Amino acid sequence: MSPSDLLVIPFDGWVNAFVRGFLVPNFRPFFRAVQVPVNEVLQAFDGFFAWVPMLVVTLVFAFVAWRVVGRTMAIITVVGFVFIDMIQLWPETMTTLAMILTSVLFCTLIGIPAGILVAGSNMAWKVVRPILDIMQTVPSFVYLVPIVMLFGVGMAPGIIATIIFALPPIIRMTNLGIRNVREDLIEASEAFGATRTQTLIEVQLPLAMRTIMAGLNQTLMLAMSMVVIAALIGAGGLGLIVNTGLGRLNVGQATAGGVGIVILAIVLDRITQGLAEPGSGSKKPLLGSFKSLFRSQDIEAAAPDKAV
Amino acid sequence: MTVKLKVESVFKLFNDTRKEGMALLRDGATKDEIFRSTGVTVGINDVSFEVNEGEIFVIMGLSGSGKSTLVRTLNGLIRPSSGKIFIAGEDVASCDMKRLRAIRRREITMVFQHFALFPHKTVVENVAYGLKVKGVGPTERRKAAIEALAKVGLDAYADSFPGQLSGGMQQRVGLARGLATDPAILLMDEPFGALDPLIRREMQDELIALQKELKKTIVFITHDLNEALLLGNRIAIMKDGAFVQVGTAQDIVSNPADDYVRAFVADIDRSRVFTASDIAQDADHIPLKESVLGALVVMDKAGVDVAHVVDQDGVLAGMVTREALTAVKPNTPVVEVMEPDAPSVTSEAYINEMYATAQNGVLMAVTDSDGKLVGSVEPTAIFGHLTPDTETATEAEEDDGKEDAGPPSDETETEPANIVDAQKEKSL
Repeated sequence: MSPSDLLVIPFDGWVNAFVRGFLVPNFRPFFRAVQVPVNEVLQAFDGFFAWVPMLVVTLVFAFVAWRVVGRTMAIITVVGFVFIDMIQLWPETMTTLAMILTSVLFCTLIGIPAGILVAGSNMAWKVVRPILDIMQTVPSFVYLVPIVMLFGVGMAPGIIATIIFALPPIIRMTNLGIRNVREDLIEASEAFGATRTQTLIEVQLPLAMRTIMAGLNQTLMLAMSMVVIAALIGAGGLGLIVNTGLGRLNVGQATAGGVGIVILAIVLDRITQGLAEPGSGSKKPLLGSFKSLFRSQDIEAAAPDKAV
Repeated sequence: MTVKLKVESVFKLFNDTRKEGMALLRDGATKDEIFRSTGVTVGINDVSFEVNEGEIFVIMGLSGSGKSTLVRTLNGLIRPSSGKIFIAGEDVASCDMKRLRAIRRREITMVFQHFALFPHKTVVENVAYGLKVKGVGPTERRKAAIEALAKVGLDAYADSFPGQLSGGMQQRVGLARGLATDPAILLMDEPFGALDPLIRREMQDELIALQKELKKTIVFITHDLNEALLLGNRIAIMKDGAFVQVGTAQDIVSNPADDYVRAFVADIDRSRVFTASDIAQDADHIPLKESVLGALVVMDKAGVDVAHVVDQDGVLAGMVTREALTAVKPNTPVVEVMEPDAPSVTSEAYINEMYATAQNGVLMAVTDSDGKLVGSVEPTAIFGHLTPDTETATEAEEDDGKEDAGPPSDETETEPANIVDAQKEKSL
């Protein structure tokens, strides 16, 4: 005796009917249109990284790693990239890099404005928060099928799946960063007659920048972890190497692809972490604008407690 | 005097969505009763006041008295539940955001307790913030910001970050930021509350000096009565969202409105409240051209042994003692026997600034800013003003006709000519 003896809910049937019977026939052109900008950006990145010589890419990454993180990281970058080239996975690595950058770019474009929006309204945050929870907890394999149905197979659908998976942290962290800006600073800005937009640009965003960068780092890492899964629906790069290695039980190939992913992940992670937590090992900031990040860190440590 | 800020029966109740709190408040319920029965917090309870141009109006209250809420209603950071607040002809309590922003950009700025400097901006960028928001161009606003910084003596630190400065310096930057847009009204929300006592003293003195030059209309919030008494032209004492007493420092110290105010006033430093003019008694003065005989007549009439000598403009010239006068011939001119450097204090000097002069143990002359004699103070009279309950004692002495102890005089400045008349009347 169990409840299913009394009533069986054909949940899978409903979902099938909804996706196949409603979404796909009615919204296919819309979803096709959505992937156009994704494709464009991806082509641009992919073409660029295919065109730039391997040594130039390596040197640029090493330089950035040196300025943002430190000398050790620069050396690791050079050694890692040379190793990738020597195991003959450079083109695939660059494709993966282009995919990651495309996903992260779109995550930023969607996530930061969304984060600002939900930081400004408790109602919006109440609505968005469960959606983010679902996005992060639903196994990515679950939405691969509807994505294939709606977008087809290929690079762009893979990137769209990656965006869905990697978007939540940057929204969460932007929201958190803006909400954590000291209340009296916002009051001060308003007291001098600033509009909401002026307060946002002059005060809230610069002060939330470190938290937002930490969110960007997490988004990037999530995007890296989607590389292999996205390859299942036709995205190329290192994920494809791993998948084909897996399919043919070619341990060596799968491992090589995996090592490539790990090296790329380490380099990107350390660089973005360096941006989010300046001062950790780096002697000079990369850009003038990051100077401000150093200052805000000092101030928070030195600022008197709010307690009266 | 022009009224720069006018507040008419402002109320602010938090959480009062159903207007229950307001109804209860009208029925005379207290803040605690209203909170217990409805959960409504009374922030401001029927406050009205006016602030004149160039005046420092201090609102003093303990934490939770509603003073910070009140000051935030003045620039619209908190909108009152009811009431009117007029600044430059506009009702800040009810105008739309656009007008409110215009008023904030032009008429009123604020200095914050914890400085509220933007940590990611340099000192000069912080000071220029109000101008930037207004749309003033980069070179012009930098120039204006440096000028404002120069007023507080920090122009050398223009390109430092706030985090590199000490607390006192940071608050000077906060003050410069408030002054940079040249507003008519400056709100200061416990600006020195987060500073060390020594730095606080220094900042208070600086504010007084700066105010002499700038003559801004200032609303100053503090929880420190000594600070209120030192800075305020007028002081409002606030309790449970309402004003308990409004008046000058001397008013509040000499006539506390109720036990609450009396408890506050009990342990304040009176030597920093009363000035020489508050405690001065009528001075017996002798014209410079007078002979010794004439001088002795004046002194006999007044029943004193020491008197001040003034020239034809009423300016203090020196002092004579009976001892010196009796030692010479009666027709000798007073000029020859007087001591030219009589101990004197200005009428604005606080008691605590008079101690050094009082040390001589000689009658002190009180002069106005032109050096004219306006009264005199016995060194011993000072002590009578340092404790709250001496007033009855000195009054008793006044009845005896002796003036040496010096009763607390309510009239602040009296011309020497009137003094003579008064003396004559008394001696008759």
